[in-house]
Amino acid sequence: MRAAHFFWDASLNTPVFAPWADPDAKPLIRFQNVTKSFGDFTAIDDLTLDIFEREFFALLGPSGCGKTTMMRMLAGFEEPTQGRIELAGRDIAAVPPNKRAVNMMFQSYALFPHLSVWENIAFGLRREGKDKAAIAARVEDMLKLTRLQKFARRKPHQISGGQRQRVALARSLAKAPKLLLLDEPLGALDAKLREDTQFELMDIQEKTGTTFVIVTHDQEEAMTVASRIAVMDEGKIMQVDTPDRIYEVPNSVYVADFIGDVNILDGTLTANGENSFALHYAPDQAPITARSDRPFTDGQSAHLAIRPEKVAIHKEKPEGVDNLLSGEVLDIAYLGNLSTYHVRLPGGQVVKAQIANTRRLSRRDITWEDKVWISWTFTAGVLLDQ
Amino acid sequence: MRRAALIAVPYAWLLALFLVPFAIVFKMSLSDIAIAIPPYTPTLKDGLAEMIRAFDFENYVFLTEDDLYWKAYLSSLKIAAIATVLTLLVGYPMAYGMARAPEEWRPTLMMLVILPFWTSFLIRVYAWIGILSTEGFLNQFLLWTGLISAPLTILNTAAAVYIGIVYTYLPFMILPIYAALDRMDGSLIEAAEDLGCSRLSAFWLVTFPLSRGGVIAGCLLVFIPALGEFVIPSLLGGSGTLMIGKVLFEEFFNNRDWPVASAVAVILLLILIIPIVLFQLNQQKQAEADR
Repeated sequence: MRAAHFFWDASLNTPVFAPWADPDAKPLIRFQNVTKSFGDFTAIDDLTLDIFEREFFALLGPSGCGKTTMMRMLAGFEEPTQGRIELAGRDIAAVPPNKRAVNMMFQSYALFPHLSVWENIAFGLRREGKDKAAIAARVEDMLKLTRLQKFARRKPHQISGGQRQRVALARSLAKAPKLLLLDEPLGALDAKLREDTQFELMDIQEKTGTTFVIVTHDQEEAMTVASRIAVMDEGKIMQVDTPDRIYEVPNSVYVADFIGDVNILDGTLTANGENSFALHYAPDQAPITARSDRPFTDGQSAHLAIRPEKVAIHKEKPEGVDNLLSGEVLDIAYLGNLSTYHVRLPGGQVVKAQIANTRRLSRRDITWEDKVWISWTFTAGVLLDQ
Repeated sequence: MRRAALIAVPYAWLLALFLVPFAIVFKMSLSDIAIAIPPYTPTLKDGLAEMIRAFDFENYVFLTEDDLYWKAYLSSLKIAAIATVLTLLVGYPMAYGMARAPEEWRPTLMMLVILPFWTSFLIRVYAWIGILSTEGFLNQFLLWTGLISAPLTILNTAAAVYIGIVYTYLPFMILPIYAALDRMDGSLIEAAEDLGCSRLSAFWLVTFPLSRGGVIAGCLLVFIPALGEFVIPSLLGGSGTLMIGKVLFEEFFNNRDWPVASAVAVILLLILIIPIVLFQLNQQKQAEADR
């Protein structure tokens, strides 16, 4: 079993590993009101964040959101314009990259082309001035960990992209850093290899017990590998949470929309029970009811975010469902294992409903322009104020 | 078919303008000096068989007997080697600076390196006489600043030859090194620093080895022409500087001993073949590494 898997395993109601929930836990990395500007451009805007030991932490966001700048500040290639970055309780602003117990795996891998795989992995160890036997032993361990023993004598241009990626990982892990930074580590791999490598990364993270911070723009990758995800936009952190909470309980339309597919219905709210609200999304339609722990005032405008797979679609009007809407099938996206139905409501909004294709395509009973019913429960969606 | 025709053009060119003249020079080096036109014997006029019978290696033997020649070869090798090292010391930092300069500056910097080629090589060497002579600009400037009280003798010394060679061949050193440094991925230096290198050790362990191909190419591009250089030592070096190019010139034009001059030229070419082959091997290795 993989440790990372426990983090959000629903069968274990209390997470095994959650130092962020422990108020006494000391973070390994602390960003304190960090701002970084390049000329007029603010890459990081007054950002505060704690990352704990043994975490597999993902910085997720579109390109230009500042995630790479954060990583480069941790590595020591950039200095914060304002604020303080602590590593294990010490301010690291004045520590140059070569003196930090932090190693980085570069997006381009940055393998030294004139050195063999073996020498690449030994590079950092040799700089520490360790004796030859200790270096050789450590390099062998790293080769074994990344299954590269056969390629030790090859030069980087003589191995495949996936192998290069593993050399880069082995090289950055060789010095046993407190913190390993991974900059889009799987970006150059094809989809199939990327998926395998994600699990490999998690395995290695668990085996070595190193804290990993990964930068990625691929939300699936972040969801798969990370213990916690920080969703970033324009130099700010929008939400930091476990992957399941980021997906199920996003705190803003931005986060809901960035992670996965989502329907957003805009409207105004009126309270209709304890922690329950009616969303008036169209003037001549019955309101939708949704539960929310967050307080809202009557008449406040809000957004209901609901995932397509939580919307059920029916040909006949169903009985005993919480929210029931009627509409017309506008489009069907067939994805093989799933089908997404785009249903147009009388008010013009389009709601996507995703259904697992448990039957063969030829047996599908809903088709274009059919009148259908869609439904979801009170707790299926999330009410958001921004 | 069209490719063959395309390739045939440069080969025909090389054959007509390099191999044939070389064969003639080699033939001449086997003959003897004569008071005639041309000033050597035997020639084809004596008949092919007679001519070949009269060929001997006398001139080559002569080169080993008179110590002027091997001293000139050795002195040329020494001057070319030292000048190459000096050019490297000046050129590498310049190439490095160019490769590290902001992207928008690089075409201008490149232009400045190539700019001297727009003026005739001879004029530029003559200009150095004006700078380096006892009454030259350099001495006048140094006297004016008070750094020296009597003018320095630079012209007609080995130092002037080194200055001339470094100045003339600098672009040949800078361009291949710049090309190698420019190709290098900047994240390699960051990776080296990340793994514990200081700036300096990152340079010696990563930057320099990766630019080695450019350094070798640059050194050979300077060394090969500098070895046979004639204009610079004769204009700037005075009578005290012994270089084989000068000996060759004097043998041909002052002594009118074409056979010995030809022998000197053939030996010079044989010496140059070694660095030329090394240069080719280096280029091949570079091409392979890039693939």
